[in-house]
Amino acid sequence: MIAELGLAALWLAAALAALQLYAGAMALRPGGEGVAALVRPAAVIQGIACAFAFLVLLWLFAITDLSVKLVAANSHSAKPMIFKLAGAWGNHEGSMLLWVAVMALSGALIALVERRLPEKTMLATLAAQAFVGLGFYAFLIVSSNPFERLPQPPIEGLGLNPLLQDIGLALHPPTLYFGYVGLSVAFSFAVGALLTRQVTPEFARVMRPWVLGAWVFLTLGITAGSYWAYYELGWGGWWFWDPVENASLMPWLAATALLHSASVLAARDALRAWTIMLGVVAFSMSMLGTFLVRSGILTSVHAFAVDPERGSFILVLLTLYIGGALALFALRAGTVSEGQRFAVTSREGALVFNNVMLSAILGIVLLGTLYPLLTEAFDVRVSVGPPYFNAVGAIFVIPMLLVMAVGPLLRWRRDSMERVHRPLILIGAIMLVALIGALALDETGVLPLLGLAIAVGLAVASFLPLRGRRLTRVPLAVWGMVVAHFGLAVALFGMASESAFSEERLAAVAAGGTAQVGPWEVTLSDVLPAAGPNWTAIEGHLLASYAGGDPIELDPQSRSFWAPPQETTESALATRWNGQLYAVVGSEAGAGRWQLRLWWKPFVTFIWYGGMLVALGGALALIGRVIDDLRRRAVRARIAQRRGEEPV
Amino acid sequence: MRWWWWLPLLLFAGFLGVATYQLTQPKDDLVPSAMVGKPLPEFDLRAAAEGMPGVSTADFRDGKPRLLNIWASWCLPCIAEAPQLERLKQEGAEIVGIAIRDRPEDVAAFLARHGNPYTRIGGDDLSQVQLAIGSSGVPETFVIDGRGVIRYQHIGDIRAEHVPILLEKLQEAGE
Repeated sequence: MIAELGLAALWLAAALAALQLYAGAMALRPGGEGVAALVRPAAVIQGIACAFAFLVLLWLFAITDLSVKLVAANSHSAKPMIFKLAGAWGNHEGSMLLWVAVMALSGALIALVERRLPEKTMLATLAAQAFVGLGFYAFLIVSSNPFERLPQPPIEGLGLNPLLQDIGLALHPPTLYFGYVGLSVAFSFAVGALLTRQVTPEFARVMRPWVLGAWVFLTLGITAGSYWAYYELGWGGWWFWDPVENASLMPWLAATALLHSASVLAARDALRAWTIMLGVVAFSMSMLGTFLVRSGILTSVHAFAVDPERGSFILVLLTLYIGGALALFALRAGTVSEGQRFAVTSREGALVFNNVMLSAILGIVLLGTLYPLLTEAFDVRVSVGPPYFNAVGAIFVIPMLLVMAVGPLLRWRRDSMERVHRPLILIGAIMLVALIGALALDETGVLPLLGLAIAVGLAVASFLPLRGRRLTRVPLAVWGMVVAHFGLAVALFGMASESAFSEERLAAVAAGGTAQVGPWEVTLSDVLPAAGPNWTAIEGHLLASYAGGDPIELDPQSRSFWAPPQETTESALATRWNGQLYAVVGSEAGAGRWQLRLWWKPFVTFIWYGGMLVALGGALALIGRVIDDLRRRAVRARIAQRRGEEPV
Repeated sequence: MRWWWWLPLLLFAGFLGVATYQLTQPKDDLVPSAMVGKPLPEFDLRAAAEGMPGVSTADFRDGKPRLLNIWASWCLPCIAEAPQLERLKQEGAEIVGIAIRDRPEDVAAFLARHGNPYTRIGGDDLSQVQLAIGSSGVPETFVIDGRGVIRYQHIGDIRAEHVPILLEKLQEAGE
């Protein structure tokens, strides 16, 4: 009965989305104002109905109702509660429902509070949002019904993939979905603005918080996913250029570009058509990623339940949304003039350069991800990996990072290099010193060396916009930029250091034996069996001492889950301020010896600290912008009130 | 209107073309065993269920061809293929089972519920034998001739239409 209630709520939400689309489209035509009043209420109730459907699914997972197919296939009564709940979105159907629920709630929020844009633009935006939502509802109801019942409930569920039974990963997919949803809202705003030809600075200001929010969530999602892959998969790497990783990186790149071009549009009324284009591209990238991952068209380490029928369905949605938006863009972009002009040496100039570089990087990642698809049509199987992405990407990443160090120092509209020559020399000198220092330390590849030098220079440069300002009066949005740029420098330092200075050791060690890696001395004291609620394991007990200091105990495990059967490695990490020791215990090597795999990775944690700083910067900027908006709204209300009281 | 405004749409159309073509292509994800035509590797597995013998390589060298079914009590397609195994048994095939990563009580419960077509069942707790004979999943069924040589591999659950094929392969292995 409960499951049917959820399905009914889903149908209701779908019907309301259809109404919202119809009324919104009608209201755009002359004489259609009568139905305009329906649009906002429809959006609000749709949000509530869809959120209710997702709550029902959570409830079914919480009580492990095995008569529901999705629960039986993804849950197990022996699982801890948090993973029972995470099971609700750790699969195709549930994650789609979560996505559409958050999207519907966002639509409801816009319908309730957003009144800054011309009402027609708002109606067009909400209609576009309903159009996107309607496709997802159809997808859920027709080919991915999460509430489907089983004719005969099984005695026990199949369990959640053990790799996913991890708190970080329970939160990783929803984080990315929040990001995708934010981009869908930006997409709807872009379509709304195109339909009514209202591409104004106000439009950029209204869209910006959604892009910022999406960007913060995408940053967090990618950072968390990378750290999870690092400690859970047990091969010591943190980025693999796997199609699914790329699928999350591409929307991030587009959103980063969009964020910066929206700033130009909001502040200077320039880059109108370009911002619209990015709004369409950013959401297209998230849809494209979803298609690549769920259709099984590309082979990936992320084993989603792959289904060609679902693939076809998403492809149809892609055609409708992206094809439709791009066609609309082609028809209307000519009528959107480019807006204010600016000099090459200016804040806008630097931001345009940043946008071009980001777009190029996006193109490179997209090409590398789709290339196997292209060659497979000619029966050639290839796999594109780090040698392509790292080398070709660097061609654009390095100039972008260099301009990123300078751009925030420039003034809007027109500036001269003469005015900022002193900070420029300072940044250049720091990078040069760092480069020489890194050269003296160790012989290593060109890219890690350049990475180290640029990271140090960028870290200093990111704080220069604060020079000569009273720190308490600096707007929150500027702090956000400083923190985010600094975070990127920190992450870059971690990446470069990891690839330049990592040491690896593979050893077969008996109890009491010792292995060395970098400054660490690791002693294997014991290997014992261990057990958890749904797994058994062998656990190595290691004593690791850094440069002869006090030993730290590490207990890496090799786990065997039985529901469903699968083996995972639980690496053990010893974290110091200057890096991490990464230990994995493998199978028995004969004669009482065990395989130990050890890595010493100097400053590797900076990658994820940096990612978190970037997200924090985005959050600061978001809070700053929202507070500004609320203040402006209060001022406007006061002015309106005064006008109403006093006769003009 | 300038032509380059249409460029993004054009690129997207190109992608759609390739993606549609790829989606309509049959995707061959099966991994055939490299062991077909070679003798079984040496193994000796414990009994997986009470009251039934375990399985070793020597059991396949008495001149009689057999089916070797790789399965598990936790595998749903294995339930689907149970009636077909029963039919094969009625047609005179001798079926040897290897249960992958299973517990005796689960195996017993499965057999009680879905029938027992096996003459012996070995327990392969670490998938070692499964991997050694080139099986990448459950269920899979191999035809083994009377000298212990792997003659044929069936990947996935056995459906009704596969029964005559397996019987024919079994007969060929006996000649």
